[in-house]
Amino acid sequence: MSFPWAKEYTPANGFTKWVDEKLPLPRFVYNAVGAGYPVPRNLNYMWNFGVLAGFCLVLQIVTGVVLAMHYAANAQVAFGTVEHIMRDVNWGWMLRYMHANGASFFFLVLYLHIFRGFFYSSYKAPREMIWLLGVVIFLLAMATAFMGYVLPWGQMSFWGAKVITGLFSAIPFVGEPIQIWLLGGFAPDNAALNRFFSLHFLLPFVILGVVILHVWALHIPGSSNPTGVEVKSESDTVPFHPYYTAKDGFGLGVFLIIYCVVVFFLPNMLGHPDNYIEANPLSTPAHIVPEWYFYPFYAILRAFTFDFILEAKLWGVLAMFSSILLWFLLPWLDRSPVRSGHYRPLFRTFFIILLVDMAVLFYCGGAPAEEPYVMISQIATAYYFLHFLVILPIVSSIEKPKPLPYSITEAVLGSDKKAVLGENTQPAT
Amino acid sequence: MIRILSALAGLVFAGVVLLAFVMGATTWLTEEPMHSADHEFHLDAHGPEGGYSFDGPVGKWDVAQLQRGLKVYSEVCSACHSLKFVAFRDLEEIGYSEAQVKAFAATKQVPGIDPNTGESVMRPGEPTDYFPSPFPNAVAAAAANNNAIPPDLSLMTKARHHGSNYVYSLLTGYTDPATFEKDGKRLMEEFPDFQTPPGLYFNPYFANLNLAMAPPLGVDGQVTYDDGTEATVSQMSADVAAFLTWTAEPKLVERKQTGFAVLVFLLFATVLAYFAKRQVWSSVKPKKA
Repeated sequence: MSFPWAKEYTPANGFTKWVDEKLPLPRFVYNAVGAGYPVPRNLNYMWNFGVLAGFCLVLQIVTGVVLAMHYAANAQVAFGTVEHIMRDVNWGWMLRYMHANGASFFFLVLYLHIFRGFFYSSYKAPREMIWLLGVVIFLLAMATAFMGYVLPWGQMSFWGAKVITGLFSAIPFVGEPIQIWLLGGFAPDNAALNRFFSLHFLLPFVILGVVILHVWALHIPGSSNPTGVEVKSESDTVPFHPYYTAKDGFGLGVFLIIYCVVVFFLPNMLGHPDNYIEANPLSTPAHIVPEWYFYPFYAILRAFTFDFILEAKLWGVLAMFSSILLWFLLPWLDRSPVRSGHYRPLFRTFFIILLVDMAVLFYCGGAPAEEPYVMISQIATAYYFLHFLVILPIVSSIEKPKPLPYSITEAVLGSDKKAVLGENTQPAT
Repeated sequence: MIRILSALAGLVFAGVVLLAFVMGATTWLTEEPMHSADHEFHLDAHGPEGGYSFDGPVGKWDVAQLQRGLKVYSEVCSACHSLKFVAFRDLEEIGYSEAQVKAFAATKQVPGIDPNTGESVMRPGEPTDYFPSPFPNAVAAAAANNNAIPPDLSLMTKARHHGSNYVYSLLTGYTDPATFEKDGKRLMEEFPDFQTPPGLYFNPYFANLNLAMAPPLGVDGQVTYDDGTEATVSQMSADVAAFLTWTAEPKLVERKQTGFAVLVFLLFATVLAYFAKRQVWSSVKPKKA
């Protein structure tokens, strides 16, 4: 795809011409993230997080591959090899802190990217496939992060693995055999650790594959933008390079500064002290908590405390998985033809309530499973489901949106002369 | 259709969780709130007065303090606690020479194999050996300590909340429960039934207030420092806490120093990137009216 005014790649010399004829890889890159990709000119900084997420993925793969050279996935020695990395491997401490905190920052970036999608309704036609693939990436990232957290074989690794694989035992009749099959035993041990390591190494490359599809799907309709008005003419766009490479470069710098402050000065801030205690199946930690990026979903899991027809645990598991799977339905739940939350006053109010709600769930997920946190998380969980499945469809059909600008150019410059003169206004094909 | 089904699913989830809320709230309102001594009389850890030399972004090790801490560990803690992730060779990082490390290692007996007979023996340590465990295995450790296995100390300051401060507070925090008060409330008045079980010791910095470890640093001068520092309980506790901070994170200073170099570079690069971005965008940005 592209807009008719997209710049075309022209090989600069004989060599690149030769390459272009045999394998047009430079042309591909030029059209994907170079001057050949016209992008709306009005993207704000919320549009930086896609590139940052890609950067985080590469960072995790690079540091992870090197860490895997020094790590041994064996329950007898895993904890010790992590300490070996921290003490004896050259720059091992830095690689490990970069990788452990890299996961946290990856999720931070993913969440901001997803919330951008919520507010600007990036999931709406014609971009449903980008959204669906994005949810797949998020689910894969969650699985990868969970298995990665098990690898150091500390107390939280072990008990986290036990609790999460224990969720499968909630499935009626076949739950327990499934759990034993998944773990390769009755409790997490060497078999579980080995397969988690294998999958933890594999899944990032699966994510990379889905990211390629995600970006491919993006290039068919082109990027969305803060007005939600589709691109109409050349004056609505700028080439990705140099405009957005420059903007993303600055965003990357800011991101790296915050990331490095944590890596070098507060490397254990986001971790749990119990994971510096070697796994001990005979001693249960006082509070078993996942990593911070799972808190909201952990709160939903624990909110179901009452056996209503089904066991409470099964309700919790169903609700936790549904809370993410329902994102797949968003393109069909939100029918409003207006994309951007800026022009949807009622939607905007509920979006802010959703943010507060998720912050509450986040807080409750990290708190001990006692009152009043459980009661608060129950209210917040109810709102979470009502928001997406009930409120959003109703809002989208009763709301009266504000008038939209004629074009991106008008939104940026205050007027679009071409609109008045009727020049060059053919829609994008 | 999809919207009707979704709305139903949403109402079901919301309904079930609200039902759970009603049940939980009823129990919460009708039952007495949880009231426990360890909840209300636990104290948050604090560090020694003046803090540690390695605190803050520019903090560094106080090498003399680490050496004093090693002495406290060797003479007191090592009777029960192992330090299994630390090798004797690592001690060169806290100011000892190769010869001193070799001599120090030789004073410790480590498990080995007799080269002639192949039998298990104890032999003098080499710099490449790790600190030996005081017990041959966990069963022996439990048997010798009233069933409480003394934890390995290598990572202790990272394995507890408020790490270094926790170690200091715990070592200096043993007190008599009969007179203990927090925020003006006396423990024995609030919980007249409170009792430290036999074989345990009262310490408000420990999670459940009763700790299996007897006060290890009881009297001033328990350790004689080589550098002449007065060995008060507080001093010894601070020194060993600092030493255990080093054992848990030997690269701490290197890490912070690297961090500064990285941040200076990143700040410079980001400022450049900002001006590059402004330059690139200047031609298409609308003029401010």
